[in-house]
Amino acid sequence: MNNRPITEDDLHAYVDDVLEPERRAEVGSYLADHPDVAKRVAGFADQRELLRAALAPIADEPLPPELNLSRIVEGRRRRSPPAWWAIAAMLLLSVGGFGGWVMRGSLEAPPGGLAALAQEAAYSYNVYAPDRIRPVEVRASDTTQFVQWISSRLNRPVKVPDLASSGYRLMGGRLVATQHGPAAMFMYDDDHGSRVVVLTRPMSSADQNAPMTAQSNGGATGFAWADDGIGYSLVGPAPLNSLKAIANEVRRQARAI
Amino acid sequence: MKDMLVQVEPLIPALRRYARALLRNRANADDLVQDCLERAVSRWHQRRDGSVRAWLFTILHNLAADQFRQASSRGRHVPIEEAGEGEFRGAAAQEHRLMYQDVLDKLAKLPGEQRTVLLLVAVEDLSYAEAAKVLNVPIGTVMSRLSRARERLQQELDGVADAPGNVVTMRRLT
Repeated sequence: MNNRPITEDDLHAYVDDVLEPERRAEVGSYLADHPDVAKRVAGFADQRELLRAALAPIADEPLPPELNLSRIVEGRRRRSPPAWWAIAAMLLLSVGGFGGWVMRGSLEAPPGGLAALAQEAAYSYNVYAPDRIRPVEVRASDTTQFVQWISSRLNRPVKVPDLASSGYRLMGGRLVATQHGPAAMFMYDDDHGSRVVVLTRPMSSADQNAPMTAQSNGGATGFAWADDGIGYSLVGPAPLNSLKAIANEVRRQARAI
Repeated sequence: MKDMLVQVEPLIPALRRYARALLRNRANADDLVQDCLERAVSRWHQRRDGSVRAWLFTILHNLAADQFRQASSRGRHVPIEEAGEGEFRGAAAQEHRLMYQDVLDKLAKLPGEQRTVLLLVAVEDLSYAEAAKVLNVPIGTVMSRLSRARERLQQELDGVADAPGNVVTMRRLT
């Protein structure tokens, strides 16, 4: 039998039920022998229950929109655009400022192949994914018409990837302009409001077939690949490994067309 | 980021409860929690290993402490919502208010450092070590504050124990 004296700390730990079972038993038998201390301890335990019951309803209230964590994440992303925005804006200004002669071919050729595709996807992601009003041009409910239209614009049959197995629902899509012609953008979100974007378009001469590679453009990360002249790029905020799984799923479905 | 959502989101109700118990004003408390979440999102990657709960309560506690400091240096009080009005509606809510208003009023009479310890330990289930971390004090200090908080609250509650409609009787009804 342990004869360690009972301390005040033991009494509080008894009330908060954080004692080892053995010590708890010791405190219990001490209290049985000391009714005045037991009364104090019972009072503390009553307080504890009273406080918990008094404050419990607050934790049950539905959360107001300001405390929606996904919104806070989105809001932060919107307020802190990646630095390449500034660079892009400067480029545009300088192109305008120096006038046409800069354009006579002295301007560096735009990146081609997968890198260009990934960059375009990143642009679309950064512009449209934070948009709370109209992130997509055509909603998921009008997918059939959208697919017909987009297929005719891309001159290819386009199929919308289904990412339900990854927890992402189709929000809709839009036609976006790229340096290499029209592209189809599809946007998805998950239960936390996290959004990913898939951009697809026919590849120009470079990279008609290219293995999947990780791509990073400013704040946006993702994967890009090309199969049979069609390029795909997936961009999102999720960690790279989960994006990779989604990208694999998109590729698998696209190959099944 | 998803990891952050999964770990932080379930704790938001507890953060609200703690903030509301401290500030006794719904709008101010929710503002504080919103501030806390903004910081949590931006500092998620700087977080060290350990309890996310303790980490979040530390952020919230420091924000609340700043707010109290500012309020007292400006010589004004944070407005207290009258008896939690507008917080719980309906008959059940009314009854809840009557039953528990007393203990909340008495809790509010405790010195701030005792109140925070009591809330963190007895309501939010932080361990003594976590509470010590949140408050940035040694565990011994947590224990002595907890002890003083409980003694003092007991005196307050006993002070009305003989009055009709006292909290002890009502507690037994639940």
